[in-house]
Amino acid sequence: MTVGLQTFETLRDASAVVGRDPSARFLGGGTLLVRALNEEAADFSTLLRCTDRVLVEIRASGSRVRIGAGVTMARILASRELAFLHPAARAVGGPAVRAQATVGGNLFAPPPYGDLAAALLALDARVSVQSGYSPRDMPLDEFLRTRDTMVRSIVSGVEVARPRGERSFRFLKVSKVRPKGVSLLTIAARLEDSAGRLSGVRVAYANMGPAPVRAAAVERALEGRRLEPLVVEAAAAAAANGCSPPTDAIASAWYRREVLPVHLSRLLLGVA
Amino acid sequence: MSHVTLDFRLNGTGRTELIAGGETLLSLLRHRLDTTSIKQGCRQGTCGSCTVIVDGEPRLACITLAATCDGCTIETAESLPGPGGLHPLQQAFMDHFAAQCGFCTTGMLMAAKALLAANPSPTREDVVDAISGNICRCTGYQPIIEAVLAAAGAGPSGAGQPGGSRPGVV
Ligand SMILES: Cc1cc2nc3c(=O)[nH]c(=O)nc-3n(C[C@H](O)[C@H](O)[C@H](O)COP(=O)(O)OP(=O)(O)OC[C@H]3O[C@@H](n4cnc5c(N)ncnc54)[C@H](O)[C@@H]3O)c2cc1C
Ligand code: FES
Ligand code: FES
Repeated sequence: MTVGLQTFETLRDASAVVGRDPSARFLGGGTLLVRALNEEAADFSTLLRCTDRVLVEIRASGSRVRIGAGVTMARILASRELAFLHPAARAVGGPAVRAQATVGGNLFAPPPYGDLAAALLALDARVSVQSGYSPRDMPLDEFLRTRDTMVRSIVSGVEVARPRGERSFRFLKVSKVRPKGVSLLTIAARLEDSAGRLSGVRVAYANMGPAPVRAAAVERALEGRRLEPLVVEAAAAAAANGCSPPTDAIASAWYRREVLPVHLSRLLLGVA
Repeated sequence: MSHVTLDFRLNGTGRTELIAGGETLLSLLRHRLDTTSIKQGCRQGTCGSCTVIVDGEPRLACITLAATCDGCTIETAESLPGPGGLHPLQQAFMDHFAAQCGFCTTGMLMAAKALLAANPSPTREDVVDAISGNICRCTGYQPIIEAVLAAAGAGPSGAGQPGGSRPGVV
């Protein structure tokens, strides 16, 4: 299949085209789009890219960091500001994939992918989206629930608050092959402490549904409590509530549900 | 069908090519420019046999659009031997029996070269990570890991200088 490539200088111009041309896709690093081209599975005939600087900037201000959608996993790994995201960025593919794979593309990556998206979800990230000529911000949670409708928009970046303290943000990718294997399931958790009790708990999964999701029942089981064995047990019992994991070459949906509580407990107890 | 002009440096030589928007770097370099060290394996980004170095970073030529490499410096395994003979990595691969059928070897060499350029004294774990996107069906990986560690131990010449000055390398 032949594909055209158009380059735009501004996000507004690129997004105007992506918004009106159903055969156009925005090009991030291309790890998934070019693979689809090679497999003759492409549902697009035009690729759009954009040289707007906003896409590749990492900007820290106080406790918040904004990461352009075109920032690659390799750049996250090279940034000290983003040390809290290093385990998640390192979990994406091998070094050559990481040099190419972008933050924006990860938000759209279907299972078994989306490792960084799960981490960003547990950090309560906000996403900046350009639809046509209008920019808007939304919680990543909402973005991921509606992401099928978002392919007509361009993500310009994400913004997150840095977690307080090293142990308050935890990430675990469970895979059958080390060091680089496709995720069986991925868990990210923000476990901040206020006067000895968990506060503002966020737990998110990749590969436990069609897109990364928050584990609301687990969050409820942990919120306001101390991270002790009985509480962890209650959280683990609620681990798979509301999840609809895929069955794929790596594992069945049944298997994913069975092992999720075990891995969640290990992550919470700090023995993962 | 839109074509664009691509300016880049390939193994030290400036090139200008007319390319189609959807053409991959693999197709351009291997099939049109005869840079046959780049192997075509899976074309899915999974096997690593097409690994090249673009502006110092390891990249998979099969899932890289050539058009995104305008102005870039591209290195392939053809660039490894220098006037003094084999590159220290090539020599170490020979010394440690790190190639059998050889299909993965050029990709492994480029992944290793990118590693040593960024990190001249890697740990075993660093080497394992660096080649984690490269599949070898023959060697069981250990000889490759040993070879990369040995080339790193050979000093700065192992860290990315073509045809370096490692004693014993001719
Ligand atoms: C060998 C291999 C291993 C991989 N391993 C992992 C892994 O371990 N974990 C993981 O999470 N992923 C993995 N991936 C998947 C993929 O590389 C990553 O998810 C990556 O982050 C996708 O980003 P990209 O920039 O390459 O996306 P692209 O291929 O460029 O795009 C993917 C989709 O996102 C859309 N898109 C991209 N950027 C934007 C934007 N700014 N605005 C709007 N739409 C956009 C595109 O239009 C397209 O629909 C792997 C892929 C390969 C080939
Ligand atoms: S041919 Fe490129 S990774 Fe397999
Ligand atoms: S030597 Fe045969 S695949 Fe590695």
